[in-house]
Amino acid sequence: MKIHEYQGKQILKKFGVTVPRGIHCTTVEDAVKAAETLGGKVWVVKAQIHAGGRGKGGGVKVATSLEKVREYAGQILGMQLITHQTGPEGQKVRNLLIEEGADIKHEYYVAALTDRATQSVAMMASYEGGMDIEEVAHKTPEKIVKVFINPLVGLTDEQALTLAKGMGMLESSIPQCVDTLKKLYTCYMETDASLAEINPLIHEGDGTVKALDAKFNFDSNSLYRQPEIVAMRDLDEEDADEVEASKFDLAYISLDGNIGCLVNGAGLAMATMDTIKLFGAEPANFLDVGGGATTEKVTEAFKIMLKNTKVKGILVNIFGGIMKCDTIATGVVAAAKEVNLSVPLVVRMKGTNEDLGKKILKDSGLPIISADSMAEAATQIVAAVK
Amino acid sequence: MSILINKNTKIITQGITGKTGQFHTEKCQEYANGKECFVAGVNPKKAGEKIFDIPIYASVKEAAAETGATVSVIYVPPPGAAAAIWEAVEADLDLAICITEGIPVRDMLILRNKMKEKEAKGGKKTLLLGPNCPGLITPDEVKIGIMPGHIHRKGRIGVVSRSGTLTYEAVGQLTEIGLGQSSAVGIGGDPINGLKHIDVMKMFNDDPDTDAVIMIGEIGGPDEAEAAQWCKANMKKPIVGFIAGVTAPAGKRMGHAGALISGGADTADAKLAIMEECGFKVTRNPSEMAKLLKAML
Repeated sequence: MKIHEYQGKQILKKFGVTVPRGIHCTTVEDAVKAAETLGGKVWVVKAQIHAGGRGKGGGVKVATSLEKVREYAGQILGMQLITHQTGPEGQKVRNLLIEEGADIKHEYYVAALTDRATQSVAMMASYEGGMDIEEVAHKTPEKIVKVFINPLVGLTDEQALTLAKGMGMLESSIPQCVDTLKKLYTCYMETDASLAEINPLIHEGDGTVKALDAKFNFDSNSLYRQPEIVAMRDLDEEDADEVEASKFDLAYISLDGNIGCLVNGAGLAMATMDTIKLFGAEPANFLDVGGGATTEKVTEAFKIMLKNTKVKGILVNIFGGIMKCDTIATGVVAAAKEVNLSVPLVVRMKGTNEDLGKKILKDSGLPIISADSMAEAATQIVAAVK
Repeated sequence: MSILINKNTKIITQGITGKTGQFHTEKCQEYANGKECFVAGVNPKKAGEKIFDIPIYASVKEAAAETGATVSVIYVPPPGAAAAIWEAVEADLDLAICITEGIPVRDMLILRNKMKEKEAKGGKKTLLLGPNCPGLITPDEVKIGIMPGHIHRKGRIGVVSRSGTLTYEAVGQLTEIGLGQSSAVGIGGDPINGLKHIDVMKMFNDDPDTDAVIMIGEIGGPDEAEAAQWCKANMKKPIVGFIAGVTAPAGKRMGHAGALISGGADTADAKLAIMEECGFKVTRNPSEMAKLLKAML
């Protein structure tokens, strides 16, 4: 689960990391009021969307007067902000963060994330902040310093010092930097984050170390014990169909192709998508119905897939284990009838009560095409939509 | 022979009194030697009772001491699952198999480091399979987990995969063309887990009753590449490899918590390339895994 920058900064602040003073708002009037409340002569007007690269896309502007705050807030609010992470259609800006200006002397990079290979928390830092870390990793990997933190021990003083020195932090600011890194680690663990990135972390003219941005991802398995994080969820920033699917316990992700697929199991669902591509078409979605594919779940899955007007055909691929093929077949038939299915449907079922399942499909009177293998199913559906 | 489990394995079920645990314990008992293999359940509140004729004990330690069980299978819900695994580790079992899906990653991080710390101090090493896995099976001997037993057939091919239904797919294909399985192992779809591809490949390599292996992976993480590098230098048996997720977009979690492309090296294409380079027969068509393997025998 992702959150906005302003929420990320609230979390960092709670854990003692220094962040600029800022106010979240959703209207131009409130943006101007926020600037007045903050005082000073320089403000930053920042678009809040769940994607990076906002600055380059025109979503972050420095204002030197209240008039400019009004002007920029008006430009940014409601715009379709396009960044390298939003896709070509961009993301509508509904939220702003108005912040006091910062006296930036240098921009660094720091992030914490779970490292699968070492089964530890990796914390990395770089002198090259403010830009895309992948670009830094590609061009100047020697500028990234990394430590692996044993969660039974935590971030040690030595490791924090290695990071602070390795990232080239201003000598006099190293103690505050070490302190910031330790707080970031505590924050990462206590909030069940899967990524916590501060890019940039800066030092100011007076040596203050400050987080100028905050990007968080949270482990969705842990949300049940993180009510404060869940309260920060902004459904406007998420794909409406994916949100709808999750209500029915369906794992759904929309893609660009024209063949909808409904599969049980994440691995098999990806393999089905891959097979569709291999046989000359593109999948319209990833959809894992999970273990108990009831008629209700299959019906909802059909509805969600068919909302996508690009879908010209559907492939159902079920490996019936505990879930029996006849149960699935009954569900598929009922779902197809309920949604008045008008696109070609190929069903491939394997496993328990396979023959019974096929008979139910055949006897349904619906034009359902049966297939024995994934390859055959893909061939059939690709032919049917051409 | 087989890997990890056989008809003489004695098994404890943690979470036996829950709905899922009950359902699958009954299925496992019905399969092959299951009645002899599943000897104990654990639930502190129901100690002394029985379920399907299986005695319930208050703790894993007690269950192991009373029955001589060396393996545990865990169906405990996510909030308590890591603690349940730790209980099996503290009881010095040989193997803990965790079926539970949805365990917080932080819990698994802490657990895995506690397990490593115990081993480093000279404590007994307990292997962990999973979490978020279907379990494993040695056909005609014993099945521990949630896979459908009847699609399996005793034979000499090993199967290892992160995905449940994709394991069944491979097994189903093998059985259909007349090849059986020595053992089929689901290592699970979570980012922080126990046994990895490389560990299972080593076991298959050492198993005199395994002639060849189907290794199935998916996007995300370094495990398949690591296994491939090891196989290049050490594996004496033919391998067919498949990676799911060629069409998966980067940065999206594809159902499994661990199925997430987060860099250049963990895409399906990158993994397939490494596996091919390391001598695997790789395919992009998951329907022909068994057929390809048969041609190599």
